[in-house]
Amino acid sequence: MTAKIPLERGHLQEIYRQMLRIRRFEAKCVELYQAQKIRGFLHLYDGEEAVAVGVMQALEPRDAVLATYREHGQALARGVPMGPLLAEMLGKAEGVCRGRGGSMHIFDRERRFFGGNAIVGGGLPLAVGIAMADKRLRPGAVTACFFGEGAVAEGAFHESMNLAAIWQLPVLFVCENNLYAMGVPLEDAESQTDIYRKADAYRIPTMQVNGMEPVKMEFAARTAVEHIRAHGGPYFLECRTYRFRAHSMFDTQAYRTRDEIEGWKQRDPIERLRAWMQDNHQLTADEAARIDADIAAEIAAAVAFAEAGTLEPVADLERFVIMESVVQESPR
Amino acid sequence: MTAAPLRMTYREACRQAIRDALLADPRSFVMGEDVGKYGGCYAVTKGLLEEFGPERILDTPLAELGITGAGIGAALAGLRPIVEIMTCNFSLLALDQILNNAATIPHMSGGQFAVPLVIRMATGGGRQLAAQHSHSLEGWYAHIPGLKVLAPGTVEDARHMLAAALADPNPVLIFEHIVLYNAEGDLDPAVTAVDIEHARIRRPGRDVSIITYGNSLPKSLAAAEALAAEGIPAEVLDLRVLRPLDMPAILESVRRTRRAVLVDEGWRSGSLSAEIAARLADEAFFDLDAPVRRVCSAEVPVPYAAHLEEAALPQVADIVAAARELVKPR
Repeated sequence: MTAKIPLERGHLQEIYRQMLRIRRFEAKCVELYQAQKIRGFLHLYDGEEAVAVGVMQALEPRDAVLATYREHGQALARGVPMGPLLAEMLGKAEGVCRGRGGSMHIFDRERRFFGGNAIVGGGLPLAVGIAMADKRLRPGAVTACFFGEGAVAEGAFHESMNLAAIWQLPVLFVCENNLYAMGVPLEDAESQTDIYRKADAYRIPTMQVNGMEPVKMEFAARTAVEHIRAHGGPYFLECRTYRFRAHSMFDTQAYRTRDEIEGWKQRDPIERLRAWMQDNHQLTADEAARIDADIAAEIAAAVAFAEAGTLEPVADLERFVIMESVVQESPR
Repeated sequence: MTAAPLRMTYREACRQAIRDALLADPRSFVMGEDVGKYGGCYAVTKGLLEEFGPERILDTPLAELGITGAGIGAALAGLRPIVEIMTCNFSLLALDQILNNAATIPHMSGGQFAVPLVIRMATGGGRQLAAQHSHSLEGWYAHIPGLKVLAPGTVEDARHMLAAALADPNPVLIFEHIVLYNAEGDLDPAVTAVDIEHARIRRPGRDVSIITYGNSLPKSLAAAEALAAEGIPAEVLDLRVLRPLDMPAILESVRRTRRAVLVDEGWRSGSLSAEIAARLADEAFFDLDAPVRRVCSAEVPVPYAAHLEEAALPQVADIVAAARELVKPR
């Protein structure tokens, strides 16, 4: 099957804009973290933007998404608005989760974004269940589940692969293989370092993708989603990528060399796409400047929104522990 | 004219409850290990596969974490799953999903998502199934905010609690005691629903409150009968709901009888009975005429040999002795 990608100027610029938007947003997050306005853990996505942006191009509003705790990029690419996202990270009542989730737990019902999950592998069984429900209630919908390669050592990974395969559920498994589970290198943690072969063992169709190249990511995701919609069963993408920054803000990176990091930065998906587009007359200097300015304005507005946010009353501390009714989960 | 009571086993009551749920709501389905072709490890779902088909009675691989997580996901996206876990010992493999997802997502998402899921599991000892099939872990689950925890101790509750659990927008865990499955009881046809909020006085009495649940309920009723023969009128309060606890009912009973014996098949240390005792100390200290007593399981893995297992679990004589000591101090 060959997926079709609209490789025209406008679409390429949009992919570029989305990746850059994530990168710049997270640079602002670092500032806000250093200013102690964002606290707790903060896991940044720099270097991996092509994966989320590429995959989201293939998804529709009816589809579902499950994310990891490194999910700002996944959330932004899915369309979670930046203001409420940042307000959440500042612990404000205007945040997507009213300040209860923080950076690692971004949820957005309207966009069928079922959360950043900070239990490694914890979202995989949920994806299986959401796909079970969608198969009956929303035929044709796909559940995209993001996880890192660290998750494949968990039992949850193997149980979920098997369930999705035996029940032929419409799950798109997206393994963001950034080569380190926190500080443990892939080859120290896995006997089989070609992760896609694990899915193959469950007889799930797979593809190993260069996760540093957004167009290849989009092509792979569209191919996978078309396969799922046509055949019903799951599909597995292993996306080879790299995180440029530390695991979190408390990481001295003793487990990898500066040379290695610099080597991967030569493959920066944003820089390379910009250079290619400029060389091939797909992006003028004016257009690039306009994109920069638009993103800067969006971030400034998000910061203003989040800073102006209010605090959830402590009287509401226990609100939503026990729900009064089932919230109707509906596609946008 | 009132209809004659129906006599049935607790197992049959559970089965009819599931059947009703499947008939009532097309979104509901059962998933679990051996719930289909085998008919359920404790034969609760026998015959339902034939009636409802494999989409509603779903046999799963041995993957407690995976199937529980799948149940949570299905509930998040609009179905009404009934997950069966063979015994609560096995549920520890699913504890991550139950705590970190089912109990947590509604609050952590700021109320954007509810998890209307029911998990049924067998609990307790008394059938010589040894240490990996006999424990009572409902007290652990009752520790977790975001869950509701039910322990049907009567045929009526086995018959009707499930419908209330399915109507609840929160994750509800139902602990069915393995010894009770064969117990018979009368079902009043006039009763078509029960609540999952209140404790119930199963036997009124004046001098001591025996507070219990699950399979310790029939033992406590037998103890009350023996105590009555000794001239001690004991009240038996069936908790029914272990989380949230019906504290008004507990306090009302204890303030009236001024004495409390807590019977809990969990281990004593850190048990549900410890929580109730602490609350009684907080809230009813000056109403008590005697210390709060507890009858719990011995702090051992439940052993296989019959005499050892019997010694490990709360027994009628233990309950009688504890109550007698409070009412007639030496």
